Amino acid sequence: MSLDHESFVASHVKDLPRSGIRDFFAVVSEMPQAISLGIGEPDFVTPWHVREAAIFALEKGRTSYTDNRGLLLLRREISKYVADFFGPEYDPANEILATVGVSEAIDVALRAILNPGDKVLYHEPCYVSYAPSVTLALGEAIPVGTKPEDEFALDPAAFEAAWEPGCKALLLNFPTNPTGGTADREKLERLARFAIDKNLLVISDEIYGELTYEGEHVGIASLPGMKERTLLLHGFSKAFAMTGFRIGYACGPAVLIEAMMKVHQYCMMCAPILSQEAAIEALLNGGDEVARMKEQYHRRRDFIVRRFNEIGLSCHSPRGSFYAFPSIRSTGLSDTDFAHRLLREAEVAVVPGTAFGEHGASHVRASFSTSYENLVEATDRIARFRDDIVTEDAASV
Amino acid sequence: MSDVLTLLLEGAKPCADHLANVLGKEKAEVEAELRRLEEDKSLLGWLPVFNPEKVEEGRVRAVIEVKISPEREGGFDRLALRIARFEEVESCYLMSGGYDLLVFVTGKNLRTVAAFVSERLATIDGVLSTSTHFLLRPYKEQRHLLVDETEAVDKPAVSP
Repeated sequence: MSLDHESFVASHVKDLPRSGIRDFFAVVSEMPQAISLGIGEPDFVTPWHVREAAIFALEKGRTSYTDNRGLLLLRREISKYVADFFGPEYDPANEILATVGVSEAIDVALRAILNPGDKVLYHEPCYVSYAPSVTLALGEAIPVGTKPEDEFALDPAAFEAAWEPGCKALLLNFPTNPTGGTADREKLERLARFAIDKNLLVISDEIYGELTYEGEHVGIASLPGMKERTLLLHGFSKAFAMTGFRIGYACGPAVLIEAMMKVHQYCMMCAPILSQEAAIEALLNGGDEVARMKEQYHRRRDFIVRRFNEIGLSCHSPRGSFYAFPSIRSTGLSDTDFAHRLLREAEVAVVPGTAFGEHGASHVRASFSTSYENLVEATDRIARFRDDIVTEDAASV
Repeated sequence: MSDVLTLLLEGAKPCADHLANVLGKEKAEVEAELRRLEEDKSLLGWLPVFNPEKVEEGRVRAVIEVKISPEREGGFDRLALRIARFEEVESCYLMSGGYDLLVFVTGKNLRTVAAFVSERLATIDGVLSTSTHFLLRPYKEQRHLLVDETEAVDKPAVSP
């Protein structure tokens, strides 16, 4: 009799749904000739001076473990950068933890603060890992929808309405993957009052903060009374085009950072030293490259949003991130059917909105982190695809 | 800087239709901007960037350091322009440091470049000396690396 391997899988892992993106990836990977607007990372290669710093560190034999919290020089530079960009000042000695990307920071933060059954409010559509990370930390994730009519911006009233006893934390991501939604100061202030009133901790993933195209990025930790109840998570993947380095960080109150560090030291030991060295170089000398890439994303955003609206796929202008999130409701197709047919019939890959939660229904995520040539060709193909659908519908009437 | 010029500097194709599409402008507006750039000599011409090893096989390129005598009226300008006007000269710059002009030259083979230097350039009145360096192999051409930066990367076509 063969061993029942399924019986060894923990029930809370068994019950986790497969990522919708993973399913779609399997289909796309069979069509290498397709133009992909499904990529959730910069199309730019990491700036050379950053790569060169990693090579130099390797040549120098810097291949050891580091302090669990990360190199002190890195934490000092993070402290300066965060104070300059986000506002609050964090002590490099005990209020900053270098992590293996923001993904690890989210995981470690949730495992550090949640007791079994604690509830976490998060907005949806959102990055695919939030709810599963809460579940894996034995908490209960409660989705709070953001709305197309609000351009998927933060909706404090929806958070207030969703609150229930047992809520311990809010998990935020503005600008948001996949919608490009942002949170303005006024709404954040209302949410901050709610967090203080209900004694909630805020976990704020601000990985797209630099890629804010209209207005300034406001971090919730910069608001009065919020630094002490916020874990600010950030990293180098997006603005610095360093996804493969897997380097991020958490800033927060010393007691919470120490709790996160306990989890981090047992599961990860430390972030890779070469990535830490590269991150130091990025912080010291990467500003111009970040500005150059942001300028290009900004122009591409204007292009793709204009094209989607011309095509008849209503699309708000995302204020941040590098994703457009057009509605495909006018086609009469579900977002999953739209994405699968678009791939098969027009050879363009976009990600169905429901891969980011049920609130993403009737939308698709189209990344503009690709060349103009690809964007021009992809949107032309999408236009023809939509025309074909409209013609089909007319013929069937 | 105009947005048309910004795009061109980033390597966009010099095609009014393409530029207008990307910028969300009327084609006529982009054409007018291109005309303006040409008229005020901001835009001197169009030249594609080739991989010289593939397209100009056998051609020889050289960099020549030239020392010249400045003149009472005009300094280096008259001699520099006289040198720059030769068809063989791709670029010509006045430099600070140990020599005066840096001259980029191409020819169909080594002999033609050598002949240009010894018979045309070095014999000009006011040219004091030349030092010629032949280019052996290009690694980067007008901001284009001659290797694909991401060729070895197995990047997923869809990612979260």
